[in-house]
Amino acid sequence: MLLTITYEGQRTQDLGYLLHKNPERAQQFELSCGKAYVFYPEADDNRTTAALLLDIDPIDLAHGKAGSRDGGLFDYVNDRPYASTSFMSTAIARVFGTAMSGRCDKMPELAKTPLKLTAKLSSLKDNGEENLAKELFEPLGYSVKTTRTILDEKFPEWGGSPYIDLEISGTVRLSELLNHLYVLIPVFDRQKHYYISEDEIQKLMNHGEGWLAAHPFKEKITRRYFNQRKSYARKALDILLGDEENNDEITENSNETAEEKTARTPLNTQRMEAVKNAVLASGAASVIDMGCGECRLTSLLLCEQQIQKITACDVSVNVLEKAAQRLHLDRMNDFKRQKLTLMQASLTYKDKRFEGFNCACAVEVVEHIEPMRIPAFERSIFEFANPKTVIITTPNREYNANYEHMNENELRHGDHRFEWTRAEFKKWTEHVCKKFGYSCEISGIGEADEKYGSPTQMGVFTKNG
Amino acid sequence: MDKFKIEIPECCVVALIGASSSGKSSFAAKHFKPTEVLSSDFFRGMVSDDENCQSVSGDAFDLLYYAANKRLDNMKLTVIDATNIHQSDRKRVVELAHDQNVHAAAIVLDMPESLLQERNKQRSDRVLPERVIRQHWRDVGRSVKGLKREGFRFIYVIRSPEQLENVEIVRTKLWNDKREEHGPFDVIGDIHGCCDELEALLEKLGYIKTDGVYSHPEGRKAAFLGDFCDRGPRNADVLRLVMDMVKSGNAIAVPGNHDVKLLKYLNGKNIVLTHGIDKTIAELDEKGDDFKREVKEFIDGLISHYVLDDGKLVIAHAGLKREYIGRASARVREFCLYGEVTGENDSYGFPVRLDWAADYRGHAAVVYGHIAAREVRPQNGTFCIDTGCVFGGKLTAYRYPERETVSVPALKQYYEPVKPLENANDDMGDMLTVGDFNRKLHITTELMPAIDIHENNAAAALEIMSRYAADPHWLIYLPPTMSPCETSPLDGFLEHPLQAFEYYQKRGVQNVVCEKKHMGSRAVIVICRSSETAEKRFGITDGTRGIIYTRTGRRFFDDAQTETALLDRLDAVLTKTGFWSDFNTDWVCLDTELMPWSEKARGLIRSQYAPTGNAGAGGLSAAVAALEKASARQNVAADFDKVISGENVDPKALLERFKSKKDDIEHYTKAYREYCWTVKTVDDYRIAPFHILAVEGRVFSREKHVWHMENIRKYITGSDPVFMETPYIQVDTENEDSVKHGVEWWLELTGNGGEGMVVKPEVFTAIENSRLLQPAVKCRGREYLRIIYGAEYLEPEHLSRLKKRSLTRKRTLALKEFSLGMESLSRFVNGEPLYKVHECSFGVLAFESEPVDPRL
Repeated sequence: MLLTITYEGQRTQDLGYLLHKNPERAQQFELSCGKAYVFYPEADDNRTTAALLLDIDPIDLAHGKAGSRDGGLFDYVNDRPYASTSFMSTAIARVFGTAMSGRCDKMPELAKTPLKLTAKLSSLKDNGEENLAKELFEPLGYSVKTTRTILDEKFPEWGGSPYIDLEISGTVRLSELLNHLYVLIPVFDRQKHYYISEDEIQKLMNHGEGWLAAHPFKEKITRRYFNQRKSYARKALDILLGDEENNDEITENSNETAEEKTARTPLNTQRMEAVKNAVLASGAASVIDMGCGECRLTSLLLCEQQIQKITACDVSVNVLEKAAQRLHLDRMNDFKRQKLTLMQASLTYKDKRFEGFNCACAVEVVEHIEPMRIPAFERSIFEFANPKTVIITTPNREYNANYEHMNENELRHGDHRFEWTRAEFKKWTEHVCKKFGYSCEISGIGEADEKYGSPTQMGVFTKNG
Repeated sequence: MDKFKIEIPECCVVALIGASSSGKSSFAAKHFKPTEVLSSDFFRGMVSDDENCQSVSGDAFDLLYYAANKRLDNMKLTVIDATNIHQSDRKRVVELAHDQNVHAAAIVLDMPESLLQERNKQRSDRVLPERVIRQHWRDVGRSVKGLKREGFRFIYVIRSPEQLENVEIVRTKLWNDKREEHGPFDVIGDIHGCCDELEALLEKLGYIKTDGVYSHPEGRKAAFLGDFCDRGPRNADVLRLVMDMVKSGNAIAVPGNHDVKLLKYLNGKNIVLTHGIDKTIAELDEKGDDFKREVKEFIDGLISHYVLDDGKLVIAHAGLKREYIGRASARVREFCLYGEVTGENDSYGFPVRLDWAADYRGHAAVVYGHIAAREVRPQNGTFCIDTGCVFGGKLTAYRYPERETVSVPALKQYYEPVKPLENANDDMGDMLTVGDFNRKLHITTELMPAIDIHENNAAAALEIMSRYAADPHWLIYLPPTMSPCETSPLDGFLEHPLQAFEYYQKRGVQNVVCEKKHMGSRAVIVICRSSETAEKRFGITDGTRGIIYTRTGRRFFDDAQTETALLDRLDAVLTKTGFWSDFNTDWVCLDTELMPWSEKARGLIRSQYAPTGNAGAGGLSAAVAALEKASARQNVAADFDKVISGENVDPKALLERFKSKKDDIEHYTKAYREYCWTVKTVDDYRIAPFHILAVEGRVFSREKHVWHMENIRKYITGSDPVFMETPYIQVDTENEDSVKHGVEWWLELTGNGGEGMVVKPEVFTAIENSRLLQPAVKCRGREYLRIIYGAEYLEPEHLSRLKKRSLTRKRTLALKEFSLGMESLSRFVNGEPLYKVHECSFGVLAFESEPVDPRL
């Protein structure tokens, strides 16, 4: 919420000319979600500091703009009014726009001269990524100082604060400093307070002109700048990289699982391939994909002549809607469409629609089920659906040791209720086989580690007799 | 002229048969409701806009029969108004009746040809060629004699316009319809010649033998489920006893498969003399021909099932699925006698049965026998009461409407069962069926007659249930949401007790109870004295004996150890205080608040509450420091009146403003910290019960809140520090001093950041002019609300905007959820099937998926 810029040297009050804000006056500006104030805590010959202070209206944030029916983007209890966020970037552009463009009619020479400048930002959210500030600002020639407090001094066990106070200093043109700040502040917490449209690509190009393309972390910056908009990030990178080949897959960070952060060929792709092959090997002509998610397996199987009928079900209606879009259900031809059924179903309720398939797959599903509901899950698949073949995959917990960024006892995904070691999975398959009359073959999917085995374990169950 | 009487059953398919222009439609209009008559012309019009368009007849009849099926599904008489002059047309009518297990009736309008020709010529809509009319007339005449063979059970032929004028249609009840008989009944299972036990049972039930016939002094009736004979020692005696009771009006009876087999024998048919019928025959031979004839007539006159007491009770020997109740056909009769079988035999040579009761979703209690097991088997509102007396088990009666069973043990094993008796509930029983929930639900509750749950909310609930909820067997209650009191008009307050008192006072509730609101997390506790009770009463088979779950049905603790430890401590307390014996129960369900809040809200606190405080403290300190410097430096008094964009502002005013914000954030941090403490051992938890919801046989929804509070103090709190009392006061809303005292009490509670209080009417369920009142409204403290509405919410510019809030939606939800919560408890306590209990919890979750301001 507070940015200060200090100019050290001679006749430093000239900072006022460069910023187009008189050091002897405190001023206020209207923003869409509150106010911004500019004032000078100090203004001496050899040291002048300008402050840009935001006064964001928390009620507007929560309610949305007057007259809007959508409601606000934020909770009443929110760090946005206090932290340094995209609101600050917007305020810089609004209040220091002319300075940012490098224009100063009164002192054009000074505007073009690198000056000894220090910028301080309070409560910048880096979520504990210790090196981030240095990675972003040091390549631009700043010396970087950060301080971090603990989250709540009364509860030291809660750990450190997700915010840093940042101080960067260097000899740069004021306009450069402002542009750097404008682009890099929202890179920290990856949140934007406004809807990101395609114009934003042009904005990034304008403010990043002359420095972003050469920045060693330009990809990270771009990716995080367009956090939820993968396609925009790709377009922006295309422009930045010019003719250079850019085939790198840009992953959506926020949904990244532990696996995705590590794997070369995405593990998920290997997994789907392995399950597809197991389905085909079983000779199945009809398949039910239980917990289909976005229908990756289903879309693979739809292309197989061997499969005549496939039902994909998931417990989440939202997920199914996305799956329908992904499969282009609305324009799928009749032949394919008749093979496919998409439906909401729960694996803890008895469901007649599960009956009559040759093969049932539950790919990365069991670990999302509350342990006390596992018996119901077993019965759904093995007793009620009761197909000839059941294919179940689940993470191998032991393998987590290979994921560097994972803490001990941490699970690969926030919604996992448990992850099984190889022994635990084997024990479970044996219990299921005994109870429901199946035999099971276990194999691994993904690059196997000598000590810990493969990242994913797969059980292929075949009905006895 | 005498009336021409046409008698047809109340629910059947009626085919009108007659040539074009014979007057079928006017006849139908005269004698049936417009909705009862499905006319082919109408459906032709519906599919083609032209009632006379013959080329669309195929589509028109498809639609007509679709509608007919829907009507008959709902047991509605259906008239097919078409010519029906060809056998192929009528075949479809008869098939419909067969499929629907109702009778088919034919009413033939066989008018003279001259009349038909005359009418045809006068028609304005369509005139058929003469030869067509003649052909129709001939076809009708030829049809009549084949109707019986075609499968019409009731046939009436009207031969003249005069007769047509004089028709009177009488709708008769089916033989199985005894809805007007309200009992009370004692339904008695398979006897198989065990007359000693039958007599003992009747006596135990209070029947007295006078002049050789049993009757009940209170007018109760016995209802025999058949299988009177075979295998046992006194078959003829049983028949004598039953026949006498039925004939004297002291009993009703339905036939069993053994009785029907005996009838076949008595009718001279060849039967295989197995399963103990040889013994019965020997006894009958001894009794002589008169007795045999009497038995023959008796069995022959038995109706395969009865619908009793306004449709609330159904008896049949082998049970009856909902689709067949109150219907009559050979198929229904077979079902009543033999149940639903696959046609295959098992390794003992017995028919393999389908589990119709597992899918039973009817409202009527179906009491039946036929399959012997050790215990009575209740399932989804059906009760199998054959407890294998002749195999050495017991003879059981089901008392209705008391819905309890009474048994006498067999004196000995009279017959060795070929197949061992089935045990009561095998563990594969009772899993919920998705078809009961993934659709629009209509739930009838005692407090609110009709609660509708839309399909999209049901879909959301299905997801939450599946992903997060505990075993549904435990979820006998989910707590309702609670609305705050109306927004306070007082300066500096968003909520204030005066509005809470006023809400009730205005609605005729003089006395209210104010309970301190503990800032924790809502936790429902279900605890049994032992895991055996959990298995027997709740169907929980994983060896646990209780659960603590959140308001969304999720298990409160991820680790079983903490849960077990807390439950064990609770059991120790309840045992010590004599709760179990005083309440005569071995389980209890409690509504509680579990602290600290930081246990459940850990994620939220660390990702939202604490960071906001941290960022606020950091940012605001820096801002205040910078403004202090600027204020010290600048003593410029510019013109601050016109503060427009880019205009001057007084740094001193800004400094004050930001100091105030800094103050706000400090208060905010102080407020949330109040509710956080670090749990190291089970001793660090606090549980404050506030409702004793239910125990075996009782829901405490008629007891006043003070009763709950006193009993909680007496039986739960005080000895183990984990179980905490809830301070409360009573306020008389008509008394100024009392109201003042209430306000002061609240101010004291909330001064240091306390969450506030909950104001409840004196009684658990308050109703004004048959409208349910809010069961409670909360009144939250000024400081506490900072963690709901943000640190700065009390700044006047913010508060004035926050005061514009609407409670309507929240309150409607609160009432529906409260009704559902109470309903699920009473359904559970009344022993209703799992899906009926689950429906209510499911409904609460469905409503929780409604978008409503989460700060309310």
